[in-house]
Amino acid sequence: MRAHTLSVLVENKPGVLARVAGLFRRRGFNIESLAVGTCEEPNMSRMTIVVIGDESQLEQVQKQLNKLIDVVKVSDITETETVERELALIKVSAEPGSTRAEVMQLANIFRAQIVDVGAKTVIMEVTGDTTKIDALEKLLRQYGIKELIRTGKIALQRGAKIVKSTKERVSA
Amino acid sequence: MKSGARIVVESLQREGVDTIFGYPGGVVLPIYDELYDSPIRHILVRHEQAAAHAADGYARASGRVGVCLATSGPGACNLVTGIANAYMDSVPIVAITGQVPTSLLGNDAFQESDITGITMPITKHNYLVKRTSELGRIVREAFYIARTGRPGPVLIDIPKDVSTNQVREEGAIPEEITLRGFQPTFKGHAKQIAKAVELIEEAERPVIYAGGGIIFSEASAELLELAELTGMPVTTTLMGLGAIPCDHPLNLGMLGMHGTEYANYAVTESDLLLAVGVRFDDRVTGKVQSFAPHASIIHIDIDPAEIGKNRKVDVPIVGDAKTVLRVIINQVKKGAPKDAWLSKIREWKERHSLRYEEGDGLKPQYIIQQLSSLLKGEGIIVSEVGQNQMWTAQYYCFRRPRSWLTSGGLGTMGYGFPASIGAHFARPEEIVFDIAGDGSFQMNIQELGTVAQYRIPVKVAILNNMYLGMVRQWQELFYNRRYSYTELPPIDFAKIAAAYGIDGMCVESREEVVPALKAAIETEGPFIIDFRIEREENVFPMVPAGAAINEMLRGQRR
Repeated sequence: MRAHTLSVLVENKPGVLARVAGLFRRRGFNIESLAVGTCEEPNMSRMTIVVIGDESQLEQVQKQLNKLIDVVKVSDITETETVERELALIKVSAEPGSTRAEVMQLANIFRAQIVDVGAKTVIMEVTGDTTKIDALEKLLRQYGIKELIRTGKIALQRGAKIVKSTKERVSA
Repeated sequence: MKSGARIVVESLQREGVDTIFGYPGGVVLPIYDELYDSPIRHILVRHEQAAAHAADGYARASGRVGVCLATSGPGACNLVTGIANAYMDSVPIVAITGQVPTSLLGNDAFQESDITGITMPITKHNYLVKRTSELGRIVREAFYIARTGRPGPVLIDIPKDVSTNQVREEGAIPEEITLRGFQPTFKGHAKQIAKAVELIEEAERPVIYAGGGIIFSEASAELLELAELTGMPVTTTLMGLGAIPCDHPLNLGMLGMHGTEYANYAVTESDLLLAVGVRFDDRVTGKVQSFAPHASIIHIDIDPAEIGKNRKVDVPIVGDAKTVLRVIINQVKKGAPKDAWLSKIREWKERHSLRYEEGDGLKPQYIIQQLSSLLKGEGIIVSEVGQNQMWTAQYYCFRRPRSWLTSGGLGTMGYGFPASIGAHFARPEEIVFDIAGDGSFQMNIQELGTVAQYRIPVKVAILNNMYLGMVRQWQELFYNRRYSYTELPPIDFAKIAAAYGIDGMCVESREEVVPALKAAIETEGPFIIDFRIEREENVFPMVPAGAAINEMLRGQRR
């Protein structure tokens, strides 16, 4: 059992997210994270899905995704060279004084931005790969994380390789 | 200008649809108005579930796409079981449902239900049409998706305003469609096929395990040719019955839970299993770790997701059964001698043939055998689900593909009667027999109204044991004969038929069986026979749930 990153190109149609999510639910696959948004092609979206499972489960996940008509291409990019990023917003307790200084110092080390300063809290914005955000989250916990949200991972393969499919016309 | 409803009906005609099964209601009125003077024949059922099953029966019997039509809300929801049934058995149907107007969508309007949401897990694809201009394209896509690759049901949900709005005529129904995400593989991979050919030639104890995929891809001739060319015996799944003539020397009959002993022994001892158009269903494999334990496995299927899903395979071949079998036939040589293997199989066949004990009571197996010899394996046999289905699978001698329609995957009681209505309209020249149980028949008994209205000449043989027989059998064998809620009261089905103006009779003894069946065959219209069979007759052999398929119960007397 390990985490796999799938890059999935889908038609940007109503219900496509429900189709993908429903498939994972009814076949008992575990989604670690799912991020979706528009992409370079009009009317298409790209999903980055992190799914946990063994090899045979991953094979089934991909095959079942491929059966969805709105899914155009599925690639497991776990083993390929990728750029992976995740964005997190973290609201952390930071009383004016030494705590606030420490928190801001940590932000600095992680190249996180302080995007809001309140009387007792600050919100920081951090991007990076999943392990970096995990590390920052762990360090901030001692100061008291009030709220936290992560986008889930997005990823692209490095270099010229792309996740794409060819157009095919059908004369039915 | 053209209305959405007109586009729907013209699109159906363009797809070659001659018959649809449906039930009208508020939001499909525009479509029904178009049907009123369309050449498409509409059969009014008595419950929408029957419309879906009839479309399914039509599709299985003909190989074409079956169509059903229902209104929104309850109408659409009543289709659900029929759609799920078609999905599990890979049957191409297009279900068209009305929907509340787009302005009311999501408002909990009268007779609104989210049928695209509800049917998402049980359709190959579905559509909620938002604009009339999309309608022509969507109907074309729906038919293409339903029948192409691994077939399956597609649902189109059409809000009322989409049906009534007008669009310009030109291009309303496009010539070409683009489906980027749907490109099934038909041709098998050459290297994998070469590996398969090598394994077939080397095998000393091979078995072909053939399923519904053979029927759907019209590959029976190729199956037979390959079997005869190489001397490989063939066992079929419930869905594959008819793929090879039952009386062919290489036929082993059905395998699995209620399969023949010799089929299960052959698979267990085989050194090669050539699986074609099958999915290693749990009712076939029993304990999957003990299924064909000594065999290399070649798996040919059009759906890549079925390969390796339940059982690891040695040679996966994604492709159309007919296409791939043809390539294998062209390459394969006779291979290793199989005389020892075939004589062992002959011996099993003799020692462990299908059998039942004759007694005082009327035996269901005898009825099926008599029907089989009267029809000489011809006709279209449809079954309900349960003991009636298994006795028919075991004792009817199927000789042709598409002569056997049954609910395999979902196991839907009530499937057979409406499906036989669909089968009649697909192949009106053939006699259609529904083999039913008294429980199953009562699940869609309202269709007597449809049969009576159109004088549909389907024959129903009810194997009436006043029990939910298969469940009772499990209670007898595994629940200490505690018959919890499985007993049914005596019903006089001939009288019910008479109330609908349908001929029928009740049969209580062995001597009456053949005359009754003859009467049914010779009667022009529909006919119901109420066979009062031995109440506690069981289906044997039987592999208990979770056991290996060679560990069968053989039905010693209690």
